[in-house]
Formats: sequence, C-alpha cells, structure tokens
Amino acid sequence: MEEFAALIDALVYTRSRNEKLQLIADYLQATPDPDRGWALAALTGELDFPAVKASTIRNLMHERVDPVLWTLSRDFVGDTAETASLLWPAGESPPDPPSVSEAVEALTAMTRRSVLAELPALLDRLDASGRFALLKLATGAMRIGISARLAKIAFAQAFDVGVEEVEEYWHGLAPPYRALFAWAAEGAPPPDTGSLPLFRPFMLAHPLDDTIVDLEDYVAEWKWDGIRVQLVRVGGEQGETRLYSRSGDDISGTFPEFLDALPMDAVLDGELLVRGVHQGGEKGGAASFNALQQRLGRKTVSKAMLTEFPAFIRLYDVMILEDDDLRDLPWTQRRARLEALMARLPEDRFDLSPVVDAEHFDHLAEIRAGARDDAIEGLMLKRKDSPYIAGRKTGLWYKWKRDPLLVDCVLMYAQRGSGKRSSFYSDYTFGCWDGDPDAGADLLPVGKAYFGFTDEELRKIDRYVRNHTVNRFGPVRETDRSLVFEVAFDSVHASKRHKSGLAMRFPRIHRIRWDKPAHEADRIDALRALVRD
Amino acid sequence: MAHDFEWIRPEPHGIHVVPADCWIDPSEPVTRALVTHGHADHARGGHGRTVATPETLAIMKLRYATSDGAAPVGYGETIRLPGGVDATFVPAGHVLGSAQILLEHAGERVIVTGDYKRCPDPTCPPFEVTPCDVFITEATFGLPVFCHPPIETEIGKLLDRLTAHPERCVLVGAYALGKAQRVIAELRRAGHDRPIYLHGALERMCRLYEDWGVDLGELRLVSDAKKEDMRGQIVVCPPSALNDRWSRRLPDPITAMASGWMRVRQRARQRNVELPLVISDHADWGELTRTVEEVNPHETWITHGREEALLRWHQLHQRRARALALVGYEDEDD
Repeated sequence: MEEFAALIDALVYTRSRNEKLQLIADYLQATPDPDRGWALAALTGELDFPAVKASTIRNLMHERVDPVLWTLSRDFVGDTAETASLLWPAGESPPDPPSVSEAVEALTAMTRRSVLAELPALLDRLDASGRFALLKLATGAMRIGISARLAKIAFAQAFDVGVEEVEEYWHGLAPPYRALFAWAAEGAPPPDTGSLPLFRPFMLAHPLDDTIVDLEDYVAEWKWDGIRVQLVRVGGEQGETRLYSRSGDDISGTFPEFLDALPMDAVLDGELLVRGVHQGGEKGGAASFNALQQRLGRKTVSKAMLTEFPAFIRLYDVMILEDDDLRDLPWTQRRARLEALMARLPEDRFDLSPVVDAEHFDHLAEIRAGARDDAIEGLMLKRKDSPYIAGRKTGLWYKWKRDPLLVDCVLMYAQRGSGKRSSFYSDYTFGCWDGDPDAGADLLPVGKAYFGFTDEELRKIDRYVRNHTVNRFGPVRETDRSLVFEVAFDSVHASKRHKSGLAMRFPRIHRIRWDKPAHEADRIDALRALVRD
Repeated sequence: MAHDFEWIRPEPHGIHVVPADCWIDPSEPVTRALVTHGHADHARGGHGRTVATPETLAIMKLRYATSDGAAPVGYGETIRLPGGVDATFVPAGHVLGSAQILLEHAGERVIVTGDYKRCPDPTCPPFEVTPCDVFITEATFGLPVFCHPPIETEIGKLLDRLTAHPERCVLVGAYALGKAQRVIAELRRAGHDRPIYLHGALERMCRLYEDWGVDLGELRLVSDAKKEDMRGQIVVCPPSALNDRWSRRLPDPITAMASGWMRVRQRARQRNVELPLVISDHADWGELTRTVEEVNPHETWITHGREEALLRWHQLHQRRARALALVGYEDEDD
C-alpha cells in the first residue's frame, strides 16, 4: 500500500502528462501481480465495494469527530476521503500497512454491517497518505486527474504494446487483469476475447473552429443531440448484444429495446435518441435531449417509459459487419455498406443519419445557420477517405456545433467547488428578473454553471463573492446580486427544478459583465421565448 | 455584568482602544496605531504615530521608506497610553519582531495576539503564554485538518528531493517576510551549507534579518547567477514568482511551496506545486486550542481565519467566544 500511496501522491502533484505516464508505467513494471492489477483497476475506476460509500466514511467520522467540525473541514478540503485521512485519530502503534491485494480482499469481504468495525482496523494500520489512498480506492472515486484512458496508455507504455489492443482486450477482462499482464509483460498469447461483445474505442472529432474544409474531400452530416453509442452483437443467433456509451460503459440495461434488435453480428456507431414531436423536423423523428434525459441513468425501465419515450439509434457508421472488420476501409466504402445494411435492420429501432448536401462551404454555413431541428447539435465534417481510427486524429473528422444562445443573468448564489477548486467559490447559481427590476421585480434562479471562465477570472469572481456576501448557508454564499454573467447555453426547456420553471442545457459562463448593472440583465420572458419543447 | 470590556471595540477596520483613542493593526490610516507585526495586512503605512517593537518598525521603514511617528517598545516593556490604558508587547513567535499586545485598563486584561505560532523558530523569540480576561486570537488554520508536522520533516523532504535531482534546482515559494528567512535558517540548522539563491524581492528583507542577528549563511541573487551554477541548488522566491516567467531562467526547477495550506492536496495543486512543504508561521488547530486552554481567558474573540470551527470548539468545551469579522486580513500566502 505504501508504493500505491506514494504513486497516488506523486500523481496528485505532477503536472506533466508525460511524467504521469512515466510514474504509472514505473509502478506497473515494479509491482508484482496481483497488486498492480488492483492498482490499475483503482486508477481506471473499475473497483466497486458496495459496503463502502462516501456516506460510510462520513458515518465513521461522525463517531470520532464532532459533526459540525467534520462538515466545516469537508467543505474546506473539498474531498471526503482526504478530509477523513487528515482527521483520522493517530493510532498508538506504528503503521503496519497492508498490501493492495490484502486491502482489496478485506474491502470485498466487508458488508454494510461489518464495515464500521473493519474499515477502521485497516485505517489504523496506515499513515495519512496511506489512508487517503485506501479511501480513494475503496470509494472508487479517485478524482486525481487520471482518466482511464491515461492509465491504459501508461500500461501500453510500460510493456511496449499498442494502446488500441489494450483497449480491446480490456473490456473482456476483470481486475486484477492477470491475462492482460501475462500477455503484455510476459509475452503470453493475447487474452481470448473473440466470443465477447467488446467495446471498441470510438472515432472522435476535433472542433472545426476557424478551419475551412473543401467539400470535394469532406462530407457533411448532422450532429445529433443525443448520446453517442456503440451497439455490439457477437456469437450469432444465440449471441449477446451490448450497448455501450461513449466512455465504454455498458448501458444495455437502461435500453433493453436493443437486446434483440440486431439480426446479425455487427458493431455499429450511432446516436441514441428518443422519438417525439419536435419543431421543424419530420413526424416520428427525434425529440429534444430533454426527452432522452427521462431515459438516462435508470437501472430498471418501466413499460410506460418504453412506450412514452421509445429509443432508437440513428446510425453514423459500421465498424464490423458479420466477419468483416471494416475499420480500415475509407468512409465512402463503409457508408455504402451501412446504406445497404439499413434494409436488414428493424425500422423502429434504427434509421440512417443523412448526409447533408451542400455545394460549397459557404452554402453549408447557411444550412447550419438555418437548422431548426431541436435534435440537431450542429454538423460533422468527415474526410471521405478516412478510415475508422480510435481517438481524435487531426484532419479526419471535425465537429461544427451550432452557435450557442446567450442571455444576461445575475449571480445569486455561489458554492465552493470540489477537487482542484476546493475553497474557491466556483459553482454559480444565477437568475433573471421576473419583471421590471425598477418596479420591484425579483430575481428567479434559471440555472447553474461552473465552467467557462479562466483560472484568473475564477480568482476574481471568488474574491468578488467573498466581498459581496449577504448570507451564508454552509458552503453556499448568497451574494448581493450585483454581478452580471453572460451565460451561453445550447437550449432551454420547461423544468420543475428551478422556481422560474426553466432549465438550460449546457449552461456556461460566456463572459463576465463586470461593467453591466444588474438591473439591465435579461428578464425571464426573454428566456422563456427560447423554449422549443 | 462584571466584565463588559466596553473600552475595547472591534470595528470593521481594526480593534479600537476607546479611552486611548488608538487602534490595533488598523487597515486605514489613524492618528495612533499599535502594530503587532510587520506583515502588510497588519502594518499599514500612513499613521500619525506607530507603536511597535523596534524590529517591526525597522520592517515598516524598509517597506514604506519612512519612520515618521515611530515609537519603539521592546518585548516586556509597558507603555502608558492616554485614558489610563497600559500596553505591553509580549513575544508572539510569528516572525521577527512579532508581538502580542497586552492591554490593561480598569483592572481588566485584554490580549491581542496578532498572528502567532507555538513551535520553535530560530528567527524570533517564542510565544509567551500570558493570562488575560479577553484573548483576541487569529484562526488562520482554525480547522482540525490542519496539523503542521515538525519542520525538520519538511526540510528533510526538500533536501531529499534536491539530492535525488542533482541536475535540477528546487524553487521554494515562501512569503517574503518571515517564512523565507525561517526556511533558510532551518536549512542551515539542518547542515545545508551551500549558497542559497534568492529572488530579488527577498534580498532586502533577508539583509534586515541578518542586521538583527539572524544568520542566513551565504546568499546569492539569481540575477547575478548563471543557470549552470544553480543546478542542484535551492532557490527561494515569493509565492507569486513560482509560476512566473521569471523562473524560466532556472535550471528545470522543481516547484516547492512552504505554506500551512500545503496540508491540503488540492491547495497545492491550485498552486501547481510539485513538492508541498507544510511549513507555517501560524498556529495549527492543535496549537490554537492548546493556547486557549493554557491562557484560559474569560472569553475568546476571533479576528480572522476559519472562525466558525474555532467557535464550535469553544462551544463544545463550554468556553465563551465570538467572531469579530474584521476585514482586510489576508492569509492566502502563508
């Protein structure tokens, strides 16, 4: 555990991506199985100990520290595991740290009943850094700026293997990944994953920004406002089908309508949407993202949900079809295979994302500006000869989002952030006027945003919040309602979440209007006029 | 009520000693000021008369280039103020010249600590526990998560990192008054006798410390040095210079910061610090609560910092306390 704790600390304090990769790679090379496998699982967020939750830690601490002092400390530190590691009473005896596998075994064996006695026994054997690492590992939320992808790249680097191979095998294996280490570190044959419905890393796009592309070489497609998914079936008639989200999470359970939807083995790339009436589009087409949200994150799905919000996949690409891996073919050829495939797919579950015809780039810009469909997020530009390559390769695919909507809002509440922003007031709730502010109208909250500003601006807003506080509620400060934010957002919907009855999608701070008096901010009516549900 | 302390009033811009019409650490110019120590948020310029220790007055002269109205008072010395108020300057252990101010009037004793710490510091005399009725304390690190380790441990970490990377330098961000000199003095105490390189902004304060008898060993200016010479050496700069373009002249610096905030990982990350050194000139939670117990005042007033938690501690221990909500004291760079 000491080496793992040292690794976590070093990763926390290291800025450079290359140094982080090197730290992880060094650890994976130097640490024996199965410790390194468990450590890798911790870094990639693949560990789950049902008995240990953030609330478990809170309960443990409440037995040892005054709850008010605990809450004040937690708010300041911004991280439950770290706060507990710092506040844990020092033991009588010197540390006697368990190995990572020993800790994992102990954590696995804990139940909700036993955890309150057994977790303290583990914590008592560790110093503050060790406690931090253990609690991070136990709660499955490292939040130390290491993505699963980065950890996999480090793995590939440590053993000089291809990261795409690592990604492919990954999804068929469980921690501590003995077969993966045996293959990469000891030259054993690769893990056998042919019979598993594995996730393949997506091909992603760069923002177009100021680039202008030649439509001789690129094709345009709508970028739909749903969630990017990959549908995989292997094993023939008796085989298994899985639906993966962009990050590779298995979301088959949330969308059971696809479990029998594929009549052949295939790996398909598309946008998950739900059907609904929407403005400007054809009947039976895609509903706004707000409707799709009703379906997301559910573990069980009711019949009513399936009827009211039926899901379908609008297909972008075909990666594998029956026994053919098509990923090396140019886009035009894959598109031809996809178009031919449509006739074999059930219409209620699949349609084809159409190509947008434009004569030249300016024409395309006009089409983009005139797009009225609420389910459209913008345009995609794909190089006609591009193979399907995992990740974001420059020059192949571009995304060209619709311009955001803007509204001037007044800062009402600020909350301290977490992680890197702990102790900074970085989460802002803002409102619009419900009438004429000079005639006594009030502000009603319309949204919350915590990004869109630079670190420098964050420091300035933080200082502003501290100097303009009129009320404090724990980690939240109410301000004197004097600062105007120009807020950008993708769309706005009716919602019960805010008193204003409106909720924004993707709100972010576009500009800070230090210059603008609060009474000149926008009114709720202006925002309501933009609702297109 | 027996204790009213009507004669001492916390106002937003400082503590007003009413019968003497003087202010302690005022954040605005006043006719008569008593100053606990030389940090800029406590010692501002422009007062008619400034009463402080000779060391603090020397620091203020260096900063504001004037010593008009300076009235020195040594440690342990008592002066009589108008209105029948006696003021005594007692060591606070914070930085060179730092003092608690004991005020006595009509049989009541009030102590204003300014900033203080309880662990030993080779650059100033230690905090003295002095009995009083009202103890007006800071609470910069007033949360139970703050526990400053022994400074030897942190200096050891710094020297280990230096040894492990002989081709690089370790750049230590340290507050220009007090922290920088204490870190250097502790490095000397740990046997580090190589030259230490300074950012220009630290030079005059280090010289002032040396004039007051604090030995800092051989100091050189970064601006006079060649990049090659600084490999394997320690460089000290103010925190603001850590991520500044200035540091490009250094040989692949490892960024360190000496501050009590470094106890919290994300604080170190916010500063882009690779080597956090938990070194503070303020009392940690244990020192704050121990000090209140030892001083055992009738009530505690809290000037600045994380006052909510220290108030809660008083409540849990059935002690009287209140927060004063003074403005203008900053603690971000400690």
